[in-house]
Amino acid sequence: MTATELNPQQLLPGGTPIRLVDESGTPVEGAGFGLPTSDVLLGLHRSMVIGRRFDRQATALTKQGRLAVYPSSSGQEACQVGAVHAVGSRDWLFPTYRDSVALVTHGVPPVEVLELLRGGRHCGYDPYRYRAGPQCTPLATNALHAVGLAHAARLRGDDAAALVFVGDGATSEGDAHEAFNFAAVWGAPVVFFVQNNQWAISVPLAKQSKAPTLAHKAVGYGMPGHHVDGNDAAAVYAVTARALSEARAGNGPSLVEGTTYRMDAHTNADDATRYRPGDEVRAWHERDPLDRLTALLRESGLLDETSTAAVDEEAEGLAADVRAQLGTDVHIDPDELFAHVYAEPTAGLREQANLLAEELASEQKEV
Amino acid sequence: MAQALNAALRDSLRADPDVLVFGEDVGALGGVFRITDGLAAEFGEQRCFDSPLAEAGIVGTAVGMAMYGLRPVVEMQFDAFAYPAFEQITSHVAKLRNRTRGKIELPMVIRIPYGGGIGGVEHHSDSSEAYYTHTPGLTVVSPATPADGYSMLQEAITASDPVVFLEPKRRYWTKAEVELPAVTEPMRRAVVRRAGTDVTLLAYGPMVTTAMEAAEAARAEEGREVEVVDLRSLSPLDADTVCASVRKTGRAVVVHEAPVFGGYGAEVAATISQRCFHYLEAPVARVGGFDIPYPSPKLEEHHLPHTGRVLDAIADLQWEEDR
Repeated sequence: MTATELNPQQLLPGGTPIRLVDESGTPVEGAGFGLPTSDVLLGLHRSMVIGRRFDRQATALTKQGRLAVYPSSSGQEACQVGAVHAVGSRDWLFPTYRDSVALVTHGVPPVEVLELLRGGRHCGYDPYRYRAGPQCTPLATNALHAVGLAHAARLRGDDAAALVFVGDGATSEGDAHEAFNFAAVWGAPVVFFVQNNQWAISVPLAKQSKAPTLAHKAVGYGMPGHHVDGNDAAAVYAVTARALSEARAGNGPSLVEGTTYRMDAHTNADDATRYRPGDEVRAWHERDPLDRLTALLRESGLLDETSTAAVDEEAEGLAADVRAQLGTDVHIDPDELFAHVYAEPTAGLREQANLLAEELASEQKEV
Repeated sequence: MAQALNAALRDSLRADPDVLVFGEDVGALGGVFRITDGLAAEFGEQRCFDSPLAEAGIVGTAVGMAMYGLRPVVEMQFDAFAYPAFEQITSHVAKLRNRTRGKIELPMVIRIPYGGGIGGVEHHSDSSEAYYTHTPGLTVVSPATPADGYSMLQEAITASDPVVFLEPKRRYWTKAEVELPAVTEPMRRAVVRRAGTDVTLLAYGPMVTTAMEAAEAARAEEGREVEVVDLRSLSPLDADTVCASVRKTGRAVVVHEAPVFGGYGAEVAATISQRCFHYLEAPVARVGGFDIPYPSPKLEEHHLPHTGRVLDAIADLQWEEDR
């Protein structure tokens, strides 16, 4: 059954966010989804530990001036890790600037992920190698790329889907509207994952949208909207996996809203204490997504001291590696400025490249 | 020209299964100017189809399709209706090759019927070329003849870079005997449409016809031999062809429909001044539209550059007899 044949009631999200594990780490029944397998849960835990350590390392490197800027996703690990674990080997991922943890989880080498924020090159990884678009800064614009790519895959007869991340603020952008509508009309195999972290820099959700939930927006386009507890990695995984598999099966797009929280400021350049109350931040600390999954796994005996230590050690190793690689300055040939503007440089670009080369040569002489 | 463009699309769809055409009303209707007439019927809904009415959506989804290896050719219905797609064009279409260091190529064509002269009410007659030529990463071309319409569109579709293809809508109905498949000069080259020795008129798109008419009139009325260069490619600019002509004639007038202030003519004039200064007998002149929002149909004849205005500009180029 395609989305358009569904009764509008069936497109609506439920009254409460889908949750498989509560804040204390206890499984919740009756959400319509079974708890993921032990292997999946352990995989989610490993990626979240690594993701959080990576994020902390990147923040530290920013303070040391090694990164130009870093938008932390601390607190959003369940969304990024849970959703990316549901991405299949032929699917594509379309991340934003805040989705570095998602990219690391997706298998992109951490240093390649940080290349943009380091200020070296606009994109450090090969999008085709990892089936991941470049991290996108203009809000919601990547949602249209995901729809186009997913539709192209369908036209070619490939059973690939696209997962695109957008934030709560991005849902106000015109491109989000156009992407939702195009996807629904074309039946494109795409899943829009809205990481609702409550704040668009300093603007709270209440000033962003009057919709009951952001997941409710989906019904207006004729696609299902799912509202999920974005700090419950098991729920995020289960809901996204089903949404992607529906998309691959030809049942059209869907929208998943994960309600979560940006624990840190917008970026290192932002001061979140100017606009959001400390009580709110403290309350969300109580709902930490990693603590929740860890509690579940410990309670169910899937995780013990030894395995916890092993994951921590792996995360420390990754962080040390990132530190070492980003601790050195990398020389980028200034001639790269002119590479890849066009397939073949124009006469004008060749002249400008020569001008720069002469400038550099004369500087060298002066030294 | 409309038929030539239609034939170029048809032949491209036949030649390459990765080519697809979409946009507003391009399916059953065949486009508001009928440029896509019959394509949906011949190639089916998967290769030529109507999209929802949203220009950023059209260009943005074309980006994703091109990333996946298709060659989308999209239509913006009118010049000013392409503005909602501006962010997609400038931030993504133009930059993705550069941002990904050549890993992502976007072989896509954005067709935009542009310019005035057809009695269109507001927002249907803009000359928007300078917005695109100011954006590195875009190739911006505009055909002036039916043969070029065919040849340049085919070349744009096979190019590995994104092309903004500006169609002079008032010349859609220009007729010429064209044997298809027509192969004219490469898309990025300017061509000399009419040889002359006294002054060079530099024009593109809709103004090439006007420049040719002015050249004939200048010979008839003043006995001046006017060379007409059709720029064809606005970005990149074929400065060699432009400068070779101006060095020969020593005088130059750039003609376009767009407002003169900050217009594309300024780039051409600056290039000539820089490279041909010692050959110039007079400052480079620019003839364009007034610096006003595009006027209503009843007034557009006063706004659009016409032969008389081009002749006046030529007459002002410090001729020997004036000195």
